[in-house]
Amino acid sequence: MNIVVCLKQVPGTTQVKIDPETNTLIRQGIENIINPFDTYAIEEGVRLKERFGGKVTAVSMGPPQAEAALREAISLGADEGVLLSDPAFAGADTWATSHTLSVAIRRLGQYDLIVCGRQTLDGDTGQVGPQLAEMLALPFVAYVSQIEKIADGAMRVRRMVEDGYEVMESPLPALITVVKEINTPRLPSLRGLARSKSATIPVWGVKELDMNPSLVGLSGSFTRVIRIFSPQRVGRGEIFQGELENQVDCLIGRLKDNGLV
Amino acid sequence: MEYFFTEEQQTIKSLARKIAEERVLPVRAELDEREEFPWAIIKDLAEADMFRVFVPEEYEGLGGGCLELCLVVEELSRVCSGVAVTYAASALGSFTVMEYGTEAQKRKYLPDIAAGKKLTAFAISEATAGSDASAIKMTADKVEGGYLLNGTKQFITNGGEAELYTVIALTDRTRGARGASAILVEKGTPGFTFGKKEKKMGIRASATRELIFRNCLVPEENLIGKPGLGFIQAMRLFDRSRPGIGAQAVGIAQGALEAAVDYAQQRVQFGHPIISLPVVQDILAEMAIQVEAARALVYAAARTIDSGARKITEASAMAKVFASDVAMKVTTDAVQVCGGTGYMKDYPVEKMMRDAKITQIYEGANQILRNAIAVELRKRKARTE
Repeated sequence: MNIVVCLKQVPGTTQVKIDPETNTLIRQGIENIINPFDTYAIEEGVRLKERFGGKVTAVSMGPPQAEAALREAISLGADEGVLLSDPAFAGADTWATSHTLSVAIRRLGQYDLIVCGRQTLDGDTGQVGPQLAEMLALPFVAYVSQIEKIADGAMRVRRMVEDGYEVMESPLPALITVVKEINTPRLPSLRGLARSKSATIPVWGVKELDMNPSLVGLSGSFTRVIRIFSPQRVGRGEIFQGELENQVDCLIGRLKDNGLV
Repeated sequence: MEYFFTEEQQTIKSLARKIAEERVLPVRAELDEREEFPWAIIKDLAEADMFRVFVPEEYEGLGGGCLELCLVVEELSRVCSGVAVTYAASALGSFTVMEYGTEAQKRKYLPDIAAGKKLTAFAISEATAGSDASAIKMTADKVEGGYLLNGTKQFITNGGEAELYTVIALTDRTRGARGASAILVEKGTPGFTFGKKEKKMGIRASATRELIFRNCLVPEENLIGKPGLGFIQAMRLFDRSRPGIGAQAVGIAQGALEAAVDYAQQRVQFGHPIISLPVVQDILAEMAIQVEAARALVYAAARTIDSGARKITEASAMAKVFASDVAMKVTTDAVQVCGGTGYMKDYPVEKMMRDAKITQIYEGANQILRNAIAVELRKRKARTE
């Protein structure tokens, strides 16, 4: 079973700084980690490989230093990593990112399942998984919390919904995004670390992927981030004091004043 | 200090620390309190290839030596010595077959040991044979179809949990220690059962049990090496394994030092953190000196062994004796620095003090080892005269 895991390197901090010019994240000088949700995707991919054989290929789009995230994925059990990196990819929105990933994944050849984290820690949109499925014309299940069964070219999975879970079946190949409930990611192994140090990580850019430069990066993005800001807290709670009856009167009066009752 | 580790040794050390901090630290107090065998952590260690560290590469190990093993034991012990000894005892139980076993024995057992699928144990102590290990009474009579084992081993680390046991028993009871042999016994062999699990002062996450053999028949191919060499094999094994106990002691002491410094930094008395008091500084500085000296001696002994040196009894005994005495002193001082808080179970140093004591006792009580060192000194003096 060939599995592709998509992962993103994100700043390992909540103190993110935004470039006021481009409205994108400033990555310099911040320790980077694998997006936590993607670590569950890696683990699930590796577990499937251990059960069914095959290989796990980790794919990431990002700046050159994102290679470290792919090496880490290899130390955690992935067989190989491919870095999609090119100055032209910079400033990509989720569409341009998904498009680039889809071109790269097609190039990887035959696969049975693509596993992504449900969303990233930094962008937080949760759009890349579903967009990628759409672009690759694959069946898609979001928020998968358990893979119940894989047999006869199909899978049965549980997907988390607000008040429980749904059981869904889909033919393979397919794309799933996973939630943290799906597994407990393992620690790296010594053999994995040795492999990760010596592994060759190919870097694919616009040229290698034979892509139209106008469809990648900032120029390929449909959306522009105009401004990023922390929302002001609006609205204040009010606590009514005094006797209980008085408090109730106050509350009803206030609701009436505001035309709510 | 700079100990000039290779890149691989650095990797082993930092991964062992990561496992200790992420997987052991959150549960160590509970494991200690409940005397619970740390199976989940053993699984983590196995998945991280830690059991491969001490197994040769041709049997799916990573081919590490005494130093690599010491690095893992030290890092685990810094957080929980009960976990560390469980791991180390599995190395101890594997060495004899690695060193003296036949190709068939190695092929049969070592890959599973390397993968962490099977824990092992080494069994020599008996009720009447502790420091005087040559006084063992357990017998292994040669009969048709193999050896018939009878007797009881006492205080066996990993007893009941391990799948494979290296047992020292008399194949010739007329020759005393020279009639002893090392024999492999698998858990589940008819006639092989376990006594009660011991309740211990420290290293409580580890399992210590009696091994009981009543007409337990094992095939002849389970003999390791030649009959009659069991005692010598055991003594050589301990010469190689003692730096591991030293590393365990260094780890405990390091953990206690760090806890004491943390506490001294945040504990305010007389208007200042107590770390600003000269009396406290004096204790902490002395602890730090002792820990680093012990570490240097343990690594030096381990490297001596890994160099292939033949005479290692002194170096390995020195490392074990010094480091274990340091662990006892440093953990006692750590409790003192932490005062009433340190005496309470909510704080880790009381556990470290309890855990430290055994390192002065097992794999050769320190008094016996000082005696062994003195014997070497006398021999050398005699040679030069």
